[in-house]
Amino acid sequence: MTATIGPTTPRGARRPRGARRTAVAWLFLAPFALVFLLYTAIPTVAALGFSLTDLRGTDLRHPLAVNFTGIHNYLRLLEDPSFLRDILNTVLFVAVGVPLTMGFGFALALALNSGIRRLRGTFRTVFFAPVVTNVVAVAMIWQYAFNAGGTVNKVLGAIGFAGPNWLDDTHLAMPVVIALGVWRNFGIAMVLFLAGLQAVPQDVYEAASLDGAGRWRQLRHITLPLLMPTTLMVSVLLTVFYLQVFDEPYLLTNGGPLGSTESVALYTYHQFGAGEFGMSSAASFVTLLLVTLVSIVQFRMLRPRA
Amino acid sequence: MTTIAAPRNAEMTGERTQRRRRSVARPLLYGALVLCALLTMLPFVWVTSGSLRSLDEIRSDPGAWLPQHVTLDNFLRLFQTEGFGRFLVNSIVVAVIVVAGNIVAASAAGYALAKLDFAAKRIAFGAVMAAMMVPFTTVFVTQFVITVDLGLADTLTGIALPGAALPLSVFIMRQYALSVPDELLEAARIDGAGEFRIFFRIFLPLAGPAVATITIMSFLYSWNNFIWPLIVAQSTSSYTLPVGLAATSQAAAHVTDYGLMLAGAIVVMLPVLVLFLFLQRYFVQGISGTGMR
Repeated sequence: MTATIGPTTPRGARRPRGARRTAVAWLFLAPFALVFLLYTAIPTVAALGFSLTDLRGTDLRHPLAVNFTGIHNYLRLLEDPSFLRDILNTVLFVAVGVPLTMGFGFALALALNSGIRRLRGTFRTVFFAPVVTNVVAVAMIWQYAFNAGGTVNKVLGAIGFAGPNWLDDTHLAMPVVIALGVWRNFGIAMVLFLAGLQAVPQDVYEAASLDGAGRWRQLRHITLPLLMPTTLMVSVLLTVFYLQVFDEPYLLTNGGPLGSTESVALYTYHQFGAGEFGMSSAASFVTLLLVTLVSIVQFRMLRPRA
Repeated sequence: MTTIAAPRNAEMTGERTQRRRRSVARPLLYGALVLCALLTMLPFVWVTSGSLRSLDEIRSDPGAWLPQHVTLDNFLRLFQTEGFGRFLVNSIVVAVIVVAGNIVAASAAGYALAKLDFAAKRIAFGAVMAAMMVPFTTVFVTQFVITVDLGLADTLTGIALPGAALPLSVFIMRQYALSVPDELLEAARIDGAGEFRIFFRIFLPLAGPAVATITIMSFLYSWNNFIWPLIVAQSTSSYTLPVGLAATSQAAAHVTDYGLMLAGAIVVMLPVLVLFLFLQRYFVQGISGTGMR
């Protein structure tokens, strides 16, 4: 029908080729698409569905026993003091962990980009090594170092402080958990900042130093403004990471003592472990919501510059 | 002459003050960097010295920084521990499946997204980006239900499958494929080569660096992955190394067998750290290119 409007032969000839091309391309995409459908697309939609039901682990063989409960799970979450506490814990992890991670990463990137030659590669290797180190292994090392009689307290004892039992203290466990997060991730921030710094054209600095601008003013008026897109990208990336924090608290304290280090992700996992699949899905959707919000903010902030 | 000499002089004095300032700043900068490096290395120091101390020594003085008598006893006990060899083999098998899957799936998908023209291409690329964003906690309950339904619970395939086509790998391959000139592929097309032939004969041989990055990134993901294997593996026969190690340490926790835990930590960490030392470029490229592990 539409073909009669335009020149018939070339269009008619191109169409089957286009369809064939699309089929070939989707054959290339098939393995990824299959895994994506099975393990990302369907689970995301299903999680939303589950969160509106009273699905329990024991219902998996009796799907008909599951009831639609609307937003009941979400209301239960809002009434659960431990969930609200876990949201605060997660926000604390983000609010303290992100600036610390970025601060260390940025300072080290500046130092490595200041024109030093000797040992530069070695330093970069050392600072990046935590990023690739297995978290289960590191968590064990930290437990060994932070136990009541451990190496950390030995140092404190040598300078006259009685060291506490870090991971058993409701006030001190969280700082240790955050420190592990920072240790594991500042290398990522450093590498991303290094890439950003190397993209700043060198002649801008030369011009500024001819105008008599010192190191500090160059940093404030040239480096920081030009690095803004990188800074935003790193902060959003880390925020999205840290909103989902699981490994560090699970392995160091399993959320304890008294829930003082339980994150939203850990709450989700504990609900799952208790067989409360509906509640677990609802809690996980709160994480998805937070992550999506942060990403939208990112796109809003980046768009006018890009 | 004089007009030229004046600015040159200014330049030289400027250079000199800068050099003077540097000569003060340099040692300070190096001092700070060395201090940071030492702090970063502390856990590696702890694990090395701790794993070489005997159990008695650790018990009597848990906080000592150096072993009094160096011993490999912890490693011997570790390898005699029930199931440890099994965990190691499982981790390797899962990593092989994951890496192979990623090379196949990501090369094909990344190539299609960069170099082929087809319907719903934007949707396909959107799916890759979305898959990188969806939190693991949102999907793992259903992933587990699906794994059970497929009869893959407590199997190594069930552990490996969700990671067998990481969106990260597809993204890396797509970015790389974009840099391959269209003319190369177009020339082959004019010669009458089919799309698959072009992919295998022309594109893949050029994609070495991207394949290397994908291999390393997906190995890193698989070897270090912890929560998912923890959920899927229900019996010790399908534990991977991190899961087995965590279980061993939890079992050892009431007797606090730190010697065994630290020796295990070394065995888990070492392969990746050695790879990292030799192939650092690929690690840094893979992670900084996408900001993800």
